[in-house]
Amino acid sequence: MIAFLCKKLLRFATLLIALCVLSFWLVSYSPLDPIQAYVGADMTRVSLEQREAIAEYWGLNKPPVERFLHWGSALVQGDMGTSMIFRRPVADVIGERFMASLALMSMAWLFSGILGFVLGAIAGMKQDTWVDRLMKWYCFTLASTPTFWLGMLMVIVFAVWLGWFPVGLGVPAGVLAEQVTLADRLYHLILPALTLSILGVANVALHTRQKLVDILASDYVLFARARGEKGFLLFWRHGLRNVAIPAITIQFASFSELIGGTVLAEQVFSYPGLGQATVQAGLRSDLPLLLGIVICSALFVFIGNLVADIIYRLVDPRIRKGESA
Amino acid sequence: MTTQSGETPLLEVQDLCVSFVQYTSCLRQSTLQVINNLSVSIYPGEIVAVVGSSGSGKSLLAHAVLGILPGNASFSGVISYDGQALSPKRQAELRGREIALIPQSVNYLDPLMRVGKQVQTSVHAGNPRSRQREVFERYQLSPDVDKLFPFQLSGGMARRVLVSTALVSGARLVIADEPTPGLDDAAVAETLDYFRDLADQGCGVMLITHDIEAALKIADRIAVFYAGSTVEIAPVQDFAGEGEALRHPYTKALWRALPQNGFEPMPGSQPLPHELPAGCVFQPRCRQATSECSTERPAMRTVREGMVRCIHAT
Repeated sequence: MIAFLCKKLLRFATLLIALCVLSFWLVSYSPLDPIQAYVGADMTRVSLEQREAIAEYWGLNKPPVERFLHWGSALVQGDMGTSMIFRRPVADVIGERFMASLALMSMAWLFSGILGFVLGAIAGMKQDTWVDRLMKWYCFTLASTPTFWLGMLMVIVFAVWLGWFPVGLGVPAGVLAEQVTLADRLYHLILPALTLSILGVANVALHTRQKLVDILASDYVLFARARGEKGFLLFWRHGLRNVAIPAITIQFASFSELIGGTVLAEQVFSYPGLGQATVQAGLRSDLPLLLGIVICSALFVFIGNLVADIIYRLVDPRIRKGESA
Repeated sequence: MTTQSGETPLLEVQDLCVSFVQYTSCLRQSTLQVINNLSVSIYPGEIVAVVGSSGSGKSLLAHAVLGILPGNASFSGVISYDGQALSPKRQAELRGREIALIPQSVNYLDPLMRVGKQVQTSVHAGNPRSRQREVFERYQLSPDVDKLFPFQLSGGMARRVLVSTALVSGARLVIADEPTPGLDDAAVAETLDYFRDLADQGCGVMLITHDIEAALKIADRIAVFYAGSTVEIAPVQDFAGEGEALRHPYTKALWRALPQNGFEPMPGSQPLPHELPAGCVFQPRCRQATSECSTERPAMRTVREGMVRCIHAT
């Protein structure tokens, strides 16, 4: 297990280095102009000399390799630089935004995981009945639904027509930060979280269903049937454990899709999370923030995959005992 | 122990036909009859071996008796247990309680469940834990084995665990499906001893196998399976000498093809289910075939203490 973790960490380190080099290289060739991002709308009033002075100050006139080394050495010391649009350290911005997104993502993740697993298990056990067909139809429809479109639909129906939920933002407008309650935050969280969950269901449900169908056609289930097991008992004894491992793995490995979905959902709901910060950083050329977010999302996705790997090892005796033997 | 006339057989299969619905091309359905007019019976305390070459649909016989055929299969004929015809409902009641299956390999055990626990799920009367321990003790499986997962079992342990599932269930009819493929002689002998043991306790045992030598060692009667049907059911004593006592030409050829009996090869091969010849299914390969053989499929008839599906048999 320790050897496994060391190997994983080593792999992560190399991944991170490659990611830093690649994204820095991409950004340095992009048309984004950091000076314009810094100055903003006053660009026309800045003379050429002033531009050069700013470039000199930020070190932008140096060759890319030197800039990369400068940025990289700061990064190793934990300094991700200063966000140009927020005028605050990147680490602070990401930390704050990430907490908001984490609440959203974990709610969506839990809800879609549980609901998807239950739906998939029912459909698998009732294979080829109308229940199964209905579930498949629902999942295929969802799988081909864009996040932003569903988000807009949710806003139109539940926020505008019915007025049950706020149209957007993470907290009520016009209220002092100290006066915002947890209930307020949750209230604003429900609609975006629901949007993400409904979409996340399809993936895990279809995987669970297919895996369960395979299990039910296996030799050991045939033998269990021959011993008189059927229905829920059969599922409980032989289906649940065998289908739970791939389902959990998929759910943890879906962190990347979760982040992707969050970017879109936050944009639709103007939810002040990491996703919205990403879009802003991109549109307004905030390169330090953009690079910081890239690294943090990589870390997040890597942790998801690592947890999936570890759980697989803990739950499946074939891997657990096979290693110690 | 040959045919016990007068006693009710534990299991009696009469004219069993099993067929599958298949899609040959996009929307064309065809029915493929895999087992046709199969008849066999088993008495308590008796081992009947159903012998046939691989891929002849023998396992389907076991699945039909247990009522676990796949969804696209249909069957006709009468299967009676203890003198009573089996309905799907009664099959579901008897499965695992009265009729037990011994599968061929460790793949039939749940990979994520400890074997002790799995054997305990087969127990229907008494304390599962102590019953399982008792049977494991009998087969020299130590308490450590209870906690093992199927992939950790050695070949020998796996066979004993699989036999244990049948023994703990208290079933009176045991169907063993290909229990000996790929085993060495000592392991085959060991496995067969378990079945003799079950039969001596009063169980009826149906041994489905392609290994005629193994079958001859322990079975009381041999049912020979050819192209989806039984061509002969003979007491084991008839398999002797040059095979003079055997009734069907296929059985004789099978007997003489064994290494110790001349190693005489049989020309031709078994027809596939969708290209069965008219009349007797063995007729194209039979030396005794006459024109009558290709007109009508012979019925099963009794000849000297056995049954045969051949019009020339005496």
